[in-house]
Amino acid sequence: MAAAAAQTSAQAWHDVALQGLKRNDIRLVPYVPDRVLTTLIKNLHADPFFTTFPTAREEEAVGIVSGAWMAGLRGAVLMQTSGFATLANVLASLAIPYQIPLIMLVSERGTLGEFNYGQSLVCRTMRPVLNSLAMEHHTCTRLDEFEFIVDRSIKQAITTQAPVALILSPLLTANRTIEK
Amino acid sequence: MSTNTPARNTKVMNRFDLTSRLVAKLKHEEAVVGGIGNTNFDLWAAGHRPQNFYMLGSMGLAFPIALGVALAQPKRRVFALEGDGSLLMQMGCLSTIATQAPKNLTMIVMDNGVYQITGAQPTPAAAVADIVAIAQGSGLANSAWAADEEDFERLVDQSLTSTVPTLIAVRIDDKPGTGQTRRDPVQIRERFMLGLGVRQAL
Repeated sequence: MAAAAAQTSAQAWHDVALQGLKRNDIRLVPYVPDRVLTTLIKNLHADPFFTTFPTAREEEAVGIVSGAWMAGLRGAVLMQTSGFATLANVLASLAIPYQIPLIMLVSERGTLGEFNYGQSLVCRTMRPVLNSLAMEHHTCTRLDEFEFIVDRSIKQAITTQAPVALILSPLLTANRTIEK
Repeated sequence: MSTNTPARNTKVMNRFDLTSRLVAKLKHEEAVVGGIGNTNFDLWAAGHRPQNFYMLGSMGLAFPIALGVALAQPKRRVFALEGDGSLLMQMGCLSTIATQAPKNLTMIVMDNGVYQITGAQPTPAAAVADIVAIAQGSGLANSAWAADEEDFERLVDQSLTSTVPTLIAVRIDDKPGTGQTRRDPVQIRERFMLGLGVRQAL
């Protein structure tokens, strides 16, 4: 038990994310990159278990994983906050009405030290959109909870055939040291 | 409005007729993804099959959805039908498909140069752009205009043994779709999954 806990705390958040995808047989991971996602994307490319590639738009990636899921291959989409802001139409016209378990990992920009005003504004549209569509979403802030949230959320999305957004807060992904 | 560049100097055909010709060729449970509006109305009217997927929104995503199907089931031939206006919404997907290069994917672009369903307003590309040139420039080398109905059928047949993805563009008239898809997304999706052998009926 103590050994398991020590092992978990030694893992970085992106290892937990990758293992969570793998454990749930999520093999297809198209993405639009974000700086925070760099290591996760690099490790997905390095692991032959995954088929992972960039798309030109987040919407496109949602279309790809939707088609793949209907044909028996599970997927997840990686993006940043501003990318999520382009998705209202595809969520409302494809993922939700067709009951597709769309799994999204959204790296959260626009808060906790954002330097770009546009990013901070678009970030504020994300949760209202998720809430207005009554979509399941969690803001992941703690490494000790992350594995549980990833694993349970993926399983829930698949069994209930409903999309889920996991918002990766800077509290989870950034170095928490204060620059003085 | 239409240009007369050599590339587009092809016969103006009809969407329902071409879709019917395609569907008549399908003998191996091929998947067909129909883009929004007239494109999937004509697919529906050409004879419903469990391997057909009908989109009810998400303009421009027929090719990405078909790419997902093609990656998931590399042994199944996958066709995607898309309008020119829809493709303009999601042109980046052509490069994504060229990079992934699924040989089992055949994309068909129905080009009438107008947004027929909203009142036949010309697209911004209608007078100037060439979809096959765009596809080739995006990395889809195996892209061609169909000169007439026979050429369309020939290109479809050729795509079945191609080692790279195929894009076939056809100039069509401005006629509306024939019939209308039943707008029941859950049933459409469930039938499609049954048709692809992913699900068993309850």
